[in-house]
Amino acid sequence: MSILVYTESEQGKFKKAAFEVASYAKEVANQLGTTVTAVAINVDDTSELGKYGVDKVLKVSEDTLKDFNAKAYAATIQQAAEKEAAKVVVVSSSADSKSVAPILAVNLSAGYASNVVAAPESTSPFVVKRTAFTNKAFNHTEINSDVKIVGVSNNAFGLVENSGNAAAEAFSPSLNDALFGVKVESLDKVTGKVTIADAEIVVSAGRGLKGPENWGMVEELADVLGAATACSKPVSDLGWRPHSEHVGQTGKPVASNLYIAIGISGAIQHLAGINASKVKVVINTDPEAPFFKAADYGIVGDAFEVVPQLIEKLKEFKANNA
Amino acid sequence: MKILVCISHVPDTTSKINFTEGDTKFDTNGVQFVINPNDEFGLTRAMWFKEKQGATVDVVNVGGAETEPTLRKALAIGADGAIRVNATATDGFFVAKQLAEVVKNGGYDLVIAGRESIDYNGGMVPGMLAELTGANFVNNCIGLEIDGTNATAVREIDGGKETSSTSLPLVIGGQKGLVEESDLRIPNMRGIMMARKKPLNVIEAADTAAETTAVKFEKPAPKGAVKLVDANNIDELVNLLHNEAKVI
Ligand SMILES: Cc1cc2nc3c(=O)[nH]c(=O)nc-3n(C[C@H](O)[C@H](O)[C@H](O)COP(=O)(O)OP(=O)(O)OC[C@H]3O[C@@H](n4cnc5c(N)ncnc54)[C@H](O)[C@@H]3O)c2cc1C
Ligand SMILES: Nc1ncnc2c1ncn2[C@@H]1O[C@H](COP(=O)(O)O)[C@@H](O)[C@H]1O
Repeated sequence: MSILVYTESEQGKFKKAAFEVASYAKEVANQLGTTVTAVAINVDDTSELGKYGVDKVLKVSEDTLKDFNAKAYAATIQQAAEKEAAKVVVVSSSADSKSVAPILAVNLSAGYASNVVAAPESTSPFVVKRTAFTNKAFNHTEINSDVKIVGVSNNAFGLVENSGNAAAEAFSPSLNDALFGVKVESLDKVTGKVTIADAEIVVSAGRGLKGPENWGMVEELADVLGAATACSKPVSDLGWRPHSEHVGQTGKPVASNLYIAIGISGAIQHLAGINASKVKVVINTDPEAPFFKAADYGIVGDAFEVVPQLIEKLKEFKANNA
Repeated sequence: MKILVCISHVPDTTSKINFTEGDTKFDTNGVQFVINPNDEFGLTRAMWFKEKQGATVDVVNVGGAETEPTLRKALAIGADGAIRVNATATDGFFVAKQLAEVVKNGGYDLVIAGRESIDYNGGMVPGMLAELTGANFVNNCIGLEIDGTNATAVREIDGGKETSSTSLPLVIGGQKGLVEESDLRIPNMRGIMMARKKPLNVIEAADTAAETTAVKFEKPAPKGAVKLVDANNIDELVNLLHNEAKVI
């Protein structure tokens, strides 16, 4: 019996979340006195997983898994879990993992807790803390089934270095045609940009920026910080920014280490989606803007004056700390 | 085409969240319940299939009698019939099992659920339901077209979108984008009157055990007051982010 972790990749390289879920799996393995096995799909070099405590890697090389497919990926992870007689399976909170986990849960007869923000508080009974009510509360959830699936919230546990062999072993799942009922026809994806889901820092702007022509400074600030860009809902509704940047209750969830909100009022529906971020900075002309109540640091000021200065100061800081 | 829209009955987005009975129960006092926003987008898309392609649309909720006004609202928006599975929704798996029975017995071709409910945020029910009923599954769905038994679905992914071809039977986890906000409908008087005459069938729950239990709730620790930095002292902000918050 070991802990199985699904380590996600993109174009043959692990995502940062893969190392975070591996770190989490190692913590669970320590609690249960066992080891961690990872399953990786179409990744050539899996050695880096050792750094995060993975002992063994089941390497899957399958052309049919080149495009994401929820059922086929779930079947692969299921077979890996069965091979390892895993009692706990750890996955991330990416869009893909959230599609896979429920299917896996049915097929492994496993209870699944999503959006988990901390290591298990006990293993018998198995209790984890997860967010609920769009980050307005936490819910301590007991998983009662024999096999358990834990979906770890992004940036909640962090990367924890450990040592492991990451001994690679080829693994070929048996995948029948029936699993491929959904076929990817086309992909429309911004490449070379940090995505909101992966980002440690998110720079977000709202209607206070007046128009799409003013986003240059937002992008520049994001660039300096290696951050992803995001926006409030009206901004994407107005077509100033793409829908994929819309964050909040009805948009993408954000759980970054740092969230910088520029010209965003801080409506409850906006906050609900970004509250899981650890440190929040608000820049707003209106000292009464509700965002100031939810933020850690604030500047009452005009974005058009503050942001260019912040960019300069951060560049200086970077140069001095390089 | 027979469509089933799964409706989760959730506290309105602006609700104050409190707990009672030693933090084990959600305090519904003074809380207004609504159709889960992700389900409202799905229901609106279903209305389009009804009007343009002659689909019939039923809505379903797994819950107690208190959820009936929410189902009536869905009927007033235009659904043809409603089903309530009389049970307390204890966890995602339990709900998915109940819904799977409804899908099998009703012979639905397309099931529209939401990517997640905004109360327990499980994000589990649609995927589980797809697997339990052997249907195709597309989550985070922001576009759906049906032509006969073929479907084209657009899925939001991290950093973009992906278009897939698939076929019925299909379960989607829908969200904003499936229709625009401006397409959402507020029930009018006629709709409300008609909804009173539409069937709302209450059925008993199938015997299933939940796999998870919500043991206790907790509210986040109250946040300290914001630290204000003068707009002419941006160095101070950089300093705080580096030395105090340690995020840069
Ligand atoms: C069911 C529902 C779901 C919703 N979901 C979401 C969601 O997911 N995400 C979301 O964001 N919203 C959501 N909303 C909308 C939300 O209620 C707010 O309307 C929205 O967040 C406001 O966006 P904003 O802050 O950009 O704009 P505004 O409210 O117009 O705020 C603009 C802010 O910019 C400030 N400002 C103006 N000029 C400057 C300047 N020069 N420099 C600095 N600051 C300036 C102003 O003081 C103001 O505070 C939802 C609403 C509903 C009803
Ligand atoms: N009690 C319920 N009754 C009917 N549908 C539900 C119920 N709970 C969840 N759903 C559906 O499943 C979706 C995802 O919910 P969840 O898995 O709870 O996040 C919701 O948007 C609904 O479409």
